[in-house]
Amino acid sequence: MATLDAPRIVSSRAEFEDSYTLARYLETGGYEGLRKTLTMFPEAVAAEVDAASLLGRGGAGFPAGRKWSMLRKSPVSYLVVNGDESEPATFKDHFLVERDPHQLVEGVIIAAYALQVAQAFIYIRGEFALGLERVQQAVNDAYAHGALGSKIFDSDFSLDIVVHPGAGAYICGEETALIEGLEGKRGFPRIKPPFFPAVTGLYGEPTVVNNVETMSNLPWIITNGGAAFAALGVGKSTGTRLFALAGRVKNPGVYEVEMVKNTFRDIIYDPRLGGGITDDRALKAFIPGGVSAPWFGPDMLDLALGQDEVGAQGSMLGSGSIVVLDETSCPVRAAWRITKFFSRESCGQCTPCREGSGWIERAMYRLEHGGGREEDLALVLDLCDNIAPGLGWPPQQTTICVLGSSIPSSVHSAIQMFRDDFIAHVELGRCPHD
Amino acid sequence: MTDVIKTTVTLNVNGRPIEVKPGELLIEACEQAGDYIPRFCYHPRMEPVGMCRMCLVEVDGPRGATLQPACYIHVTDGMNVTTNSEKVKKAQDGVLEFLLANHPLDCPVCDKGGECPLQDQTLTHGSGETRFIEEKRHFVKPIEIGKLVLLDRERCIQCARCTRFSDEVAGDTEIAFSGRGDLIEVAPSPTKPFDSVFSGNTVQICPVGALTAKPYRFSARPWDLEQVESTCTTCAVGCRVAVQSSGNRLTRILGVDSDPVNHGWLCDKGRFSLDSIDGNEESRDLLSAATRISQPLLRENGVLKEVTWDEALEAAASILRNAAQSSDGVGAVGGASLTNEGAFAWERLVRGVLGSEHLDAQFGDGLDPVVLQALPKATIDEAAAAKTIVTLTGDLREELPVLFLRLRENIVRQNSALIEFGFGPSALRSLARVSLAIRPGEAHLAARALCDGSDAPKGAIFTNEELEEARQHIGDSGEGVVFVVGRANLAEDSSVLEEAIRRFAERYPNATFLVALRRANVMGALDMGLAPRLRPGRGVDVAASGRDTLDQLAALRDGEQKALLVLGGCLIGNVADAPAARAALEKADVIAVTGHGGATLAYASVVLPAAVQHERRGTVTNIEGRVSAVTPKIVAPGSAWPDVAIAAELAELLGQSIGLTSVEQAAKAIEETTGYPALSVMNDELHDGVVVGRADASSLRHALDPMAFPGIRSTEAVGIASYTGSTTTVLAHSSGVTKGASLSDLTSSPEIEVGIADAYSLTLYASRRLYDRGIAMQGSPALQPLIPSSALALHHVDLDRLGVESGTVVKVTGARGSILLPVVLDEHVARGSAGIFVGTLNSSGENPLDVLFDPEHLISQVRLETR
Repeated sequence: MATLDAPRIVSSRAEFEDSYTLARYLETGGYEGLRKTLTMFPEAVAAEVDAASLLGRGGAGFPAGRKWSMLRKSPVSYLVVNGDESEPATFKDHFLVERDPHQLVEGVIIAAYALQVAQAFIYIRGEFALGLERVQQAVNDAYAHGALGSKIFDSDFSLDIVVHPGAGAYICGEETALIEGLEGKRGFPRIKPPFFPAVTGLYGEPTVVNNVETMSNLPWIITNGGAAFAALGVGKSTGTRLFALAGRVKNPGVYEVEMVKNTFRDIIYDPRLGGGITDDRALKAFIPGGVSAPWFGPDMLDLALGQDEVGAQGSMLGSGSIVVLDETSCPVRAAWRITKFFSRESCGQCTPCREGSGWIERAMYRLEHGGGREEDLALVLDLCDNIAPGLGWPPQQTTICVLGSSIPSSVHSAIQMFRDDFIAHVELGRCPHD
Repeated sequence: MTDVIKTTVTLNVNGRPIEVKPGELLIEACEQAGDYIPRFCYHPRMEPVGMCRMCLVEVDGPRGATLQPACYIHVTDGMNVTTNSEKVKKAQDGVLEFLLANHPLDCPVCDKGGECPLQDQTLTHGSGETRFIEEKRHFVKPIEIGKLVLLDRERCIQCARCTRFSDEVAGDTEIAFSGRGDLIEVAPSPTKPFDSVFSGNTVQICPVGALTAKPYRFSARPWDLEQVESTCTTCAVGCRVAVQSSGNRLTRILGVDSDPVNHGWLCDKGRFSLDSIDGNEESRDLLSAATRISQPLLRENGVLKEVTWDEALEAAASILRNAAQSSDGVGAVGGASLTNEGAFAWERLVRGVLGSEHLDAQFGDGLDPVVLQALPKATIDEAAAAKTIVTLTGDLREELPVLFLRLRENIVRQNSALIEFGFGPSALRSLARVSLAIRPGEAHLAARALCDGSDAPKGAIFTNEELEEARQHIGDSGEGVVFVVGRANLAEDSSVLEEAIRRFAERYPNATFLVALRRANVMGALDMGLAPRLRPGRGVDVAASGRDTLDQLAALRDGEQKALLVLGGCLIGNVADAPAARAALEKADVIAVTGHGGATLAYASVVLPAAVQHERRGTVTNIEGRVSAVTPKIVAPGSAWPDVAIAAELAELLGQSIGLTSVEQAAKAIEETTGYPALSVMNDELHDGVVVGRADASSLRHALDPMAFPGIRSTEAVGIASYTGSTTTVLAHSSGVTKGASLSDLTSSPEIEVGIADAYSLTLYASRRLYDRGIAMQGSPALQPLIPSSALALHHVDLDRLGVESGTVVKVTGARGSILLPVVLDEHVARGSAGIFVGTLNSSGENPLDVLFDPEHLISQVRLETR
């Protein structure tokens, strides 16, 4: 059974119909974290976040406090919040921007105060029409409430937030492509080095880019203290985390659970959470951290939901999405569909990703739809190797950004774990699950 | 202890230490060390983008050796680099295979086949077989993205060379990427076609056959082409070019990367006008620029008939002999289209044999040659590195396109300050720190205000604040400032501009000048003495006096001068006051020495066919005074001769020798008698020419790089370190018997009285456009359709005041009558001015300048009436 005694940190208002309104937010302790923040030194605010050991919730899992402290050596110009969540089966930020936009805005103001920046941008996926509307309303309300703009709550701190809608490209969730997009350019990722946002970011200035969920944790951390946050979870993985559970489970949805104290089995099978596999079928495999993550089989069900724990097994918690495949799911089709997504969303800038994703997608399509050859398996793996040399974890890359090196994960996993399914497709000349 | 500034860094490439300049790109450093790294998107003249990933090498870092793009990484001391490991090889082979996946097998029918970086690198790095069995990506092929450029999107490998060139080098935004994934494509702007005057450069640097040039498409295979290196004489920038032919047919001109001049870039006129030389074999109309003159012609019974050289030369000699009997009876105009050797030979004939001081290489559309020679000169490099650039010119993109590129690069990259004086459109306007809007006839007043520190003159349309800001950027002595001066307006007397230039030169003694005269070898012709008071080798005889072109035309009209030698070019097509020129030629015995037909031939008694560019050997001198070689690639048609031979034969018939029997001999004579570099330049393969009197501005020639500029035929194999010829001391100019010009030679002109425009009139400016009705454009079937028709450009204030809308046809009345012209809105036009382009015609075929030019005044005024 899952351990669910930890407080809900970012999804505490989920039960309220009007969770997105300023009234409800104020009623439930909203902007108290900010008021407290404004009485602290910026360094002390950053120290609380450091103490919380809050890992970035965008996918890479870099400690937010450390990201900030690296920057405090030189003045930061901009804070950019990445809400361009666009991956299939990833919808935790979607939940946050729609259900608790004030929590996000308050978090942004706290982070901006800690970094002492005067301008922040919240970049939200263009397809989140409702989320955009609610975040913009929250920003407007925050201005009216005195929580944003000039001299916030009569302090000496001033901040402006611009809400910027994305224009429909997954790649703009990559932080440097997002910055290009904010600058009005085509969303091509920049090459790192030298274009680390912390050094040369938005408009060439030092910029902090943080994820929506990371920001949404800040009001609680400041109100309750970093130590309280760090007391949750185990080891490096502190606090709680939102997981978007999808695929063949009875109760797909967003769940906030304490880290490490729970396992994949808990979140998939606990009746209060995933509730088990659809029609009580057997689990075939699951994707532990979004479609760029290597897959796990049933043997990993008891692995704890912790960053290092999952990392040690050759995958990641990544974007916080868990996708379940049951015994009737076709792993070839799943891998092909994921590849097709990456192929369509490759920005087209660098060769291995642009051409490799399309080539692999077409080969996977053939394999799934009956035109495959056995040698295609070696071919596809070799093409994957030319994008992510060595096919190891974490992946190396021949590409500019990590979209490229994300392509091989599903293909490699599917072929490694379910070679027989591929052979069955080849021999049958069609998908056996059709 | 003194700080030691490190001038090199040491890195290890494949375990071997190499020393290179700090900050160098790894790809360049490795190449110098002999480790050539394959590449597609990298281009030495543009910012790296690291997109194609072909140049991945292993670089040791905090997380072990990782694959990094060598084109994007700057070398650091102690860097460990591996370029030959299995991992590197697999990554590079993988990239190449990916590039080929969707690349169609068009090679047998592709223009680039045989000179294609993708093909070449596939041969050296690729696998022999394809593993790609899928259907390749398909696009409609090819699509026309501009009037000269076609795009085959199937062949494109998305290296962004073309889009970077447009955006970064040319400052155009007409092509960009659209779409994504493997359906990403280079696309023209939906609202603006790719009609940049630099569009051909994108074709040249395309590493595959995606971009092709309409004029060259399917016209040759690379292995059939022969090539010489030469200098473009379409304008006076002097871009270095590779001229290619198949047999005796010119097929293609490509830019050669010359450090001090053009960086490999060309304008479309320079690149595509080659068919004006051999592309119109059918054209017979002697009054058309499209017609090549290949036989001597003699007027008999009012008609020009083909005759032998002997007959033509005898007739010409007889005209000259008779005319020279009366003092001042003979003179010569033109010469800017000649080589220095040709100009030198004609100078010897006109001054030495005919004893006339009446000669002028400019057609009254330039600047006082003594002023030009006296100005302290800047090189293009110096102008492109200046802290402040002041322009008093026409639109440089239209007049001297590649100079525009060089200056633009400096302004954008180094953020140098640009100060513009002007009344018409300028492609640099958006980059100018200060734009001082003046009307025609006001340049000298603006210059006076600037130099004297006084307020803006009464009625000026620039402000005191702008003037003061300009002064701040120029500083007290003009140190580090380059003035770029040219003839912006043919409807304004040159004295206005010359007075302004004189004031600049006197007030800012440390400033230098780049003279933006645009016609081909005008600087060389002047340096060879083809102007009154000038002498070969940049000499000046202050005591001499002779007629310039406009004076000669007046003297011909008045009967004081009888005969006129027209040396190349079309006199009628180039003078501002064509009606006056026609009236003058009507009364004269005209000998035309030319390679092309033209309106002037209607008045010629004798026509002597001359070899033109790409048919003749010699040297030319560009705007900065750089002497470089021109090399023939094809044989002149019919019995056309080089100018040196024509002048020498004429001299013999006149009973004297000019002592020149070949181009080489002329070059030798120039150098021996004046110290002006000529023969040494023709024989020098190590340098990019020689700047006269500036041994310090010598620059070693680059190795040709077909990977950066595909199509260039190079004997220097790819992957070999850059050419490192020894630095030889170049000839410095030593003055001969005459002295060099100095500012003190200039008599200050009397106060210029321009007169104030009345409130109903607009002051006319007539500016140059690249696509005009000159020989290069009219003679070229490819370029001729691009010549625009006339329009009158106005500022919106004047449009509003006159109550007309852009596009309306109005009646424009000037000194000689009226003409119908459509008006167009152009915010760059100074209020109170109206602009036309020289060398354009309205829809009825009338030349607006013929009607609107006012020969009686320093400026021309026009009135508008709506119909």
